[in-house]
This record gives sequence, structure tokens and C-alpha cells, in this order.
Amino acid sequence: MRLTVNGAQHHLVGLDPRTTLLDALRERLHLTGAKNGCDHGQCGACTVLLDGRRVNSCLILAITQQDAEITTVEGLGHKGEPHPVQQGFLDHDGFQCGYCTPGQICSAVGMLDEVGKGWPSAATSDGDDLLSDAEIRERMSGNLCRCAAYPNMVPAIRQAAGR
Amino acid sequence: MKTFAYRTATGLADGLEPGAVFLAGGTNLVDLMKLGVATPDVLVDVNKLPMSEVGELPGGGVRIGSSVRNSDLAADQRVRTAYPVLSQALLAGASGQLRNMATTGGNLLQRTRCRYFMDATMPCNKHRPGSGCPARDGDHRNLAILGGSPACVATHPSDMAVALAALDAVVQLDGPTGQRSVPVTELYRLPGDTPDRDTVLEHGELITAVDLPALPFATRSAYRKARDRASYAFAVGSVAAAIDIQDGLVSDVRLAFGAVAPKPWRAFAAEAALRGQPATREHFMAAADVELRDARPLRDNAYKLPLIRNLTVSVLEGLAGEVTR
Repeated sequence: MRLTVNGAQHHLVGLDPRTTLLDALRERLHLTGAKNGCDHGQCGACTVLLDGRRVNSCLILAITQQDAEITTVEGLGHKGEPHPVQQGFLDHDGFQCGYCTPGQICSAVGMLDEVGKGWPSAATSDGDDLLSDAEIRERMSGNLCRCAAYPNMVPAIRQAAGR
Repeated sequence: MKTFAYRTATGLADGLEPGAVFLAGGTNLVDLMKLGVATPDVLVDVNKLPMSEVGELPGGGVRIGSSVRNSDLAADQRVRTAYPVLSQALLAGASGQLRNMATTGGNLLQRTRCRYFMDATMPCNKHRPGSGCPARDGDHRNLAILGGSPACVATHPSDMAVALAALDAVVQLDGPTGQRSVPVTELYRLPGDTPDRDTVLEHGELITAVDLPALPFATRSAYRKARDRASYAFAVGSVAAAIDIQDGLVSDVRLAFGAVAPKPWRAFAAEAALRGQPATREHFMAAADVELRDARPLRDNAYKLPLIRNLTVSVLEGLAGEVTR
């Protein structure tokens, strides 16, 4: 089977159909940015982008994604030139231990794209700023941080959005 | 995880094989497979079937393809305008990531999050018929107060389904015996003695679409959900409502309760009690009480009675306030 990750096509031989996308990325392709936190879609540490949309890679079977463009945190930005969300996390110290950070960053990239499309959230009322503090917190609620670095992630994400 | 054969569905016949289970977004099924609670022999991936469009129905109303993702449906402008309760219910559920994966059909068919059902090592009449139900005397704080049985007091976890029940949505099915339509309110079975079967679906039957009939007054509709934390948690109680008020009287109303029963609980008795009555707090409260009259709370979930009553009043008062503004 094949996987297209960060623009490169990979052929995986003998992959068990039970393998999640997360395990394929980490154990076969050695892309260890996406983390295995809860393994049940409850923490967001495994977040990657599937055709640009943020998803939990721990709940996706790799075999189902042979036609998708997968982007992991390794595919964001370039050496010496971080993605704006990565730069925002650096500038605002949006982490402590760093374990959840790749998931937070991929999630924020996907989230900003959703905001760009005008998607509402549970915090949205008509005419609201879709990147208010309350909006960012609600939209990022699928990513837990046990160090509770949340307060600094909010301005980090807003900076990445150019606000 | 038990081994399985994987196939990409090219048509409905692929689901007929014994032991075959359809895979859509996988957010619940893959998790249950990891937990050893779901053990399909064949996984039939329906994501390539053409069921991912939202379209308009002749005569008004909207047809939602079964594979439409929860996030796309919540953002759909027709849904946001004509059925805000549905958009709100979807956005109240899960996380941004999960809503990008979860489908309309899959959301309806997700299983209960009762801790005993989710634990393959525990007795549970739903995952192992006849093994018993530890929940009645155990952890049932978030389980059913309506519609349960001695064999099972699980709740259906969906937010979306509560809005669909209120909106009289109709599920389109296709399978070995052909096509049929089932209202969402009749899709789910109450547990009785056979809690292992959640719905009336037969083996090999697939949800192809969900139809929202035209309901002009649903432009005034809302969903309110109570949960243990501010976001990304299942409901401990929720209310979906739409109301039409003329000259201060309730001319029509739709009301459904979530997280209180094995299915999204359409509050028909409360609706009947409200029609023709003044749109006031007292009447909203009395109507909720009519619906909750048959509730049978367990040791640790009687809090759901005042919770649902208060949610009902707050949602209906909010909508009534919008009407009179």
C-alpha cells in the first residue's frame, strides 16, 4: 500500500490492516512528530492534516488513506523558516514539556483554515470575531495539554493568524 | 485488535457478507475495535460511495448524504439558516478533529459510552447478551432515566441525533430488501430484553441519506447541552427545541431530550401539553414535567430531572425572547 506524506510517496510492504495512520507514520516512516497520547481520540496529540483537514490519526486505519495527502508537523515550515504557527508558539512560549505541541500546532493550522472558511464553532454568535479568546479556546478544545500551557497558546495562534 | 479483511465498498452488496461491518468516519468503530468490543470479520469502507453531498429536496427541506462530515454539515449555510438547532448540536459535540472525520450516518449509529459497554472484560448485555448489567447498581451517573430496562440503562451519546429527532428527520436506508425510509424517532429500539440491537437496521442495510423536512419555524430553534466541562465532553443532559409563537401562544413546538434515554428522546407529550398554551416559563416547566412523569431515575442520576426541566425552560425562554424581540 502507499501513503503520501509531506509531499513524498511511500510504499509500505506487508502493512497489517489493523495499523493506524499514527502507528504507520511513527513506526514505519519514522515521522515521530505526531504523538500517541491516549490512543482513543480524546487528547489530540496525534493530530495531523488529511487533505488539509485536521484529524486524529490514532482513530484512522492507514489502509483507508492511500489517496490522501497527509501533512504532519514535520511537513510544516522549512529548516530555519518555521511555519507561522510554529513561530507563534516559539514567540509566546506556547508549551512546557512539548509532548502535545506537534498536535497543537497541526490542530491550529487546520483550525485557522476552518476560520478562514467562515466555519462557526460552539462559541460563535452572529457577527462575532471568530478568533476571540473564547473562540480559540473552544476551537482548540480537542487538544489537551497536561502542563496547561493554554494561556500562551492563545496569543501564539492569534499571532499566526496575523492579528 | 482482532484481525479483519478490509474492502473498499463499490456497492451495497459488499456489506452482506457475514461478519461484515461498514466503516465510515471510524471515530467510534475503530476505537471499539481497539477496545475489543467491536470485532468485525470484514470491514467494508463506504467512504468512496457517492453519499457526501448536501442537497435540497423538492418541496423544501434538505437531503444530507450519509458521508457528509459533521463539520461540513455544521457549517452548511442552509442548515445554519433553516435549522440552527442542527448546526448547534453538531458543534456542541466532540472536537474539531473528530467532527472533520465523523459522518452523518456514523454519528447516528455510534454506540453508547456506558463504561461497562466500553470495557470488554466487564459483563454487559449490550456487548455480550445475557452477561448482566453492572450499571444498575454501579456507575450510572450518566445513564438513562427514560426508556431503560432491567437489562440495560445505556444512553445514546449523540448530540446531532437529538436535533434530528426534534426536526422529524427521516433516515434513508438501502439494503438486501431494497430501500426504505425510517423517521429518526423510530430508528432506535428501546433495549427491552435485547439491548444488543441499538437500531431497526438489518444486517447489510446502510444509511444512505438523512432528510430534513421543511419546517419553516425551525429558523427559531436551538440546542443547549450540559456537560462536566466547558467543551469536548459528552452531554449529561441536552435539549433541542424549535417553537412557533403567535400572539403569545405556542402554535407549534418541537422538543427532544439528549443523554436521558437509549435513544434521542422526542418529547411528544411535552409538545402536546404546550400547543395552544401561553409561551411562558410556567407552561414550559409544566410541559417538561409532563414528559418526565414516567422517568425512572437510578440511585445517582435523579439530578437529570431538574437538569432537563431547567434546560427546557432556558432554551424555550431564549427562543420565545427572540420571537418577541
